Amino acid sequence: MSGIRVVSAGMLTTVQDLGRFGWAHFGISASGAADPFALRAGNLLVGNAENAAALEMTLLGGAFEFEADTVVALTGSDFGADLPLWSPVEVKAGQTVRCGPSQSGARCYLCVRGGIGVPKVMGSASTHVITGVGGRPLRKGDVLPIGSEAVRKPRGAARDVPPLGDGALRVTGGPQADSFADELYRGVYTVSEESDRMGLRLRGPAVPSAAGHMLTEGVPLGAVQVPPDGQPIILFVEHQTTGGYPKPANVISADFRRLGQLRPRGQVSFERVTIEQALRLLQRQERWLYGL
Amino acid sequence: MTIRPASDRSLHVVFGDRIGAESYAAVVRLTHGLAGARGVLNLHPAYASVLIDFDPRRYTHRQIEALVRECFESSNPPEPQPRQVEIAVEFGGESGPDLEDVARHTGLAPERVVEQFTGAVYEVYFVGFATCFPYLGGLPAELATPRLSAPRKHVLEGSVAIGGGQAGVYPLASPGGWRLIGRTRLRLFDPQAVPPPLLRMGDRVRFVAEARR
Repeated sequence: MSGIRVVSAGMLTTVQDLGRFGWAHFGISASGAADPFALRAGNLLVGNAENAAALEMTLLGGAFEFEADTVVALTGSDFGADLPLWSPVEVKAGQTVRCGPSQSGARCYLCVRGGIGVPKVMGSASTHVITGVGGRPLRKGDVLPIGSEAVRKPRGAARDVPPLGDGALRVTGGPQADSFADELYRGVYTVSEESDRMGLRLRGPAVPSAAGHMLTEGVPLGAVQVPPDGQPIILFVEHQTTGGYPKPANVISADFRRLGQLRPRGQVSFERVTIEQALRLLQRQERWLYGL
Repeated sequence: MTIRPASDRSLHVVFGDRIGAESYAAVVRLTHGLAGARGVLNLHPAYASVLIDFDPRRYTHRQIEALVRECFESSNPPEPQPRQVEIAVEFGGESGPDLEDVARHTGLAPERVVEQFTGAVYEVYFVGFATCFPYLGGLPAELATPRLSAPRKHVLEGSVAIGGGQAGVYPLASPGGWRLIGRTRLRLFDPQAVPPPLLRMGDRVRFVAEARR
């Protein structure tokens, strides 16, 4: 069987698709690609179903040797590979794709025609790193099978890739927005080194809240929650499914890709938009993806 | 019942702002009623609310809201039978580093805290947090202790905890803001096994004190 051999794993490389849905009532969040836009684009470029599993590299990429001829695409941030980004590229049997430290954002995706053929757990190939559902981060020597999720011919190189942008993260009001004044929108926050796929912990001016004790309730992806110390946490792909801290805001779907590219020590500020604006921004992103 | 967007891809259905039989019955009904419904990606039941995740490219908040209303207009879906589960716990010491704090806050001796805690029968109100965390109703009111002001980065798996008027067990090592009073060796979650996990909504739980190892 032809596969992909992990020559070096990088800092944190995992198999990810678009996530594992239908288990939140057991406390299992979806996980999935931290930058779902890059994963989907990469899959579309190599001719896969957009939910096919790929390799997600974090900050420092790995090296991967291919046992058979195939087509790959690197998307997301530039990890210094000598292949063009956002472009389907043929690789030959025996060839190694080498990535290094990130030159830009936090994550780079290596999408392979056919997808990564690891078994699905509860309907998804995604690794939920914190719980171990769906597997574990890759190690040197692992061999990954290539899957059968190619559904059409590879595309041409992507043009006019929408830039990530470095402005404020756009948010809609969260369930407890009324308990907060506008401090969240005035501060500049730094992404803490303690951030992971569960949460992006921010450090900066404390955000005071008038919300007292509240009942634990369900929390969605991208929720900005504020514990009593006033330091916001953005709930990320492996977020808890329920929580008891108030949430002034929620990052919009169109900016999830930006969350996935935030690096430790990166800076973040917030700008409030309406749900209608959020959905229009998402539609714009979708139009670009479907133009691939 | 109030229904509001929680984000551009989720709807928050709230039945009240306290733990009560009526609002909780509505949570159970909606959770069972929407399980597997077309358009629903994930359900997050809690004490008095249900959060519903959906794909905003295919559905609108209004369509999901209509699903919720339909659910309450149709007949009750069947509910699974509750199970009885006993959980052996080692209280205090390294297993329960916050037992002393809970004792101080409640004005009870640590032994009395344990006695009261193990004297109650708990109901699994819902399962959430970071993987199969059971939120337990039935904590004696005297034991209520506020959560930590900043969550711990690392809580050991099996930790038995009090958060406000709620009780729970951490199935996996994770961050957490509840007061840790003891620890069990029982595995609530196995990542290799497909759910349902040990505990699910509606199950009854008793804690039993185990001698210090």
